[in-house]
Amino acid sequence: MITTQTDFRTALLDPNSPPPEGVRNPDGVQATKRFDVYRNNVAVSLTEALETAFPVVRKLVGDDFFRAMAGVYLRAHPPTSPVMMFYGEEMPAFLAGFGPAQSVPYLPDVAALELALRHSYHAADAAPVAPDALGQLAPDTLPHVTFAFAPAVRIIPSRFPLHSIWWANTHGGKNTQNAEPALVTRPEFDPQVDVLTPEQAAVCTALMGGEPLGQALRHGGADFDLGPLLGLLLARGAITSLKT
Amino acid sequence: MFDAIRPTLPNRPGVGYKAQHFNDIMADADPVGWLEIHAENYMGMGGRPLAQLRHLSEKFPFSVHGVGLSIGGEGPLDADHLARLKTLCDWLNPASFSEHLAWSTHDSAFLNDLLPLPYTAATVKRVADHIDQVQSTLGRHMLLENPSSYLAFAESDMSETDFLAEVAARTGCGLLLDVNNVFVSATNLGYSPQGYIDAYPLEHVGEIHLGGHDEDEDETGAPLLIDSHGAEVVDPVWALLDYTLAKTGPKPLLIEWDTDVPEWSVLADEARRADRALTQTAVAA
Repeated sequence: MITTQTDFRTALLDPNSPPPEGVRNPDGVQATKRFDVYRNNVAVSLTEALETAFPVVRKLVGDDFFRAMAGVYLRAHPPTSPVMMFYGEEMPAFLAGFGPAQSVPYLPDVAALELALRHSYHAADAAPVAPDALGQLAPDTLPHVTFAFAPAVRIIPSRFPLHSIWWANTHGGKNTQNAEPALVTRPEFDPQVDVLTPEQAAVCTALMGGEPLGQALRHGGADFDLGPLLGLLLARGAITSLKT
Repeated sequence: MFDAIRPTLPNRPGVGYKAQHFNDIMADADPVGWLEIHAENYMGMGGRPLAQLRHLSEKFPFSVHGVGLSIGGEGPLDADHLARLKTLCDWLNPASFSEHLAWSTHDSAFLNDLLPLPYTAATVKRVADHIDQVQSTLGRHMLLENPSSYLAFAESDMSETDFLAEVAARTGCGLLLDVNNVFVSATNLGYSPQGYIDAYPLEHVGEIHLGGHDEDEDETGAPLLIDSHGAEVVDPVWALLDYTLAKTGPKPLLIEWDTDVPEWSVLADEARRADRALTQTAVAA
C-alpha cells in the first residue's frame, strides 16, 4: 500500500480527514494519534509563525480570535517558501475579505505595517547620504534631483490613524481621528515607525518612485512644506544618494 | 566523488545559535567550540542577523543546518531555495552543511515540519539523486540527518540504518547522527536504540546532535515521544551518546535547544556535559 505525499499533505491540512491508509503504529494498526503529531506540528508551528509576525493584529483581536483566524489562513495560504521570515504576505488581503474581522476595518493596514517591519528588518544594508547633502547642490538643479532610498524604507498608506493605532498597541497612548500613513525606516538594525501626513506620504511615494523633486512636490498641494519630511528622511538615514 | 569541500567541524561541543545569546557568546563561550545556524533564518538581505554572523564567524567555525530543502520530497528540489543555500554557504564558508532525511514541500506548499518517508529502493534513489544535486550545486559534501519518527509506513521494506548506509555509499555524503532522534524513534517504533547504533554505518558520522524531547502516549497507551528541542537532554540519551562515542571516538557534538530557549548559562552547562563525554571518550581511546 503506497502513501503518496499528496495523500499525506491533504490529510495534514484537513483536520476532518482520516490519516492516510498506509501509516502504521508499531503493532501494524493504522496510525491515528501518531499522525496527529505531524498534523499538530504543522498547525502549531504555522500559527506561531503568524503570531510572531503579527503581534499588533493579535493584540487588537485577542488570542482566541487570532488563533482561529490563523487556522483558516494557514489552510488557505500555506507557506510557498521555506524562508519563513516572510510568511504571511497575503494577510492584509485575507483580513480585508475575512467576514469576522470586518468590525475592525483598519486591521489590513496594521498587517501591512507589520509585514513592512519584517521586510525592513531583513533588508540589505545601505549607507545614507550626509545630512547636508541636498545643501551641497546648486539651487537651480534642485527641481531635477532624484532620490535613491535605502532598501529598508517603506510607506504604508492608510485612511485610518495607522501610526497612532500601532503606537498605542506597542508603546501606549491614544488614537487620533486623522488619516496617518506610516513611514518605516531602519537607521541601523532596528526598524522605526514614524507618522506622515497624507501629503507627505504622497510626495515621499513619488520620490521613491523616481520622480524628480520638482515634480514630486506637486503631489503635496500648493502649501506643501518639504522641510519636515526631508529632515525626517535624513535623520532616519533613509536616503542613500542624490542624482541631478 | 568530485572535488568538493569536506566537513571540518572540530571534535568539540557546539550549540544551536540564538540571537539573544550574542553578547554572552562574544564574551565567553567556553566550552563551546563552534555554532550551528538554521540556514533559513539567515536568508534575508542584511540587517542584524547577517551582521551578527559576520562578527561570530571571525571567532567560531559554523555549521549551516538546513531545515527546508525537502530532500525526501517526491517532486524536484526547489531550485530557488538551493540557490539561496549556495549564496549563504559561499558567503559564510561554513565548516559543514547538513540537511534532513525528510520532506516538507509538496505541490509548492511548504509545511514547516520534517515529514517522514517510507524506506524503499525507490525512495533511496530519489534521496540519493537529490543529494547529488545538492552536493554538486554547493560544491560541498553534506551530512544527512536521521529523523525523529512517530509512525511507520506499510510499504517500507528496509531499515532506516540500511537506507542511510545505501544513500551514503551512492552519494559520498556524510551522516549527521542525532542520538535524541534515535531514542525518540526507537521508543516510538518499538526497537532498541543500542541496536540501531550497532546497525548504523558509523564510519560516515561527521556530527552528532543532542536535544530534548517531550513525553506523551498514543491511543493504546504506548509511549509516544515528541522531538521538541525545548528541554535538557535526558539521561538515557546521554547514555546512548556514550555508547555511540565508545564506537566512533570523539565527534563534533551539538546541543539543540530551539523552543523555550534558556539563558546562556543553562546551554553552556549542557555543552560542558557534552565536553565531559568527549573527554572520557578520548581517555578511553
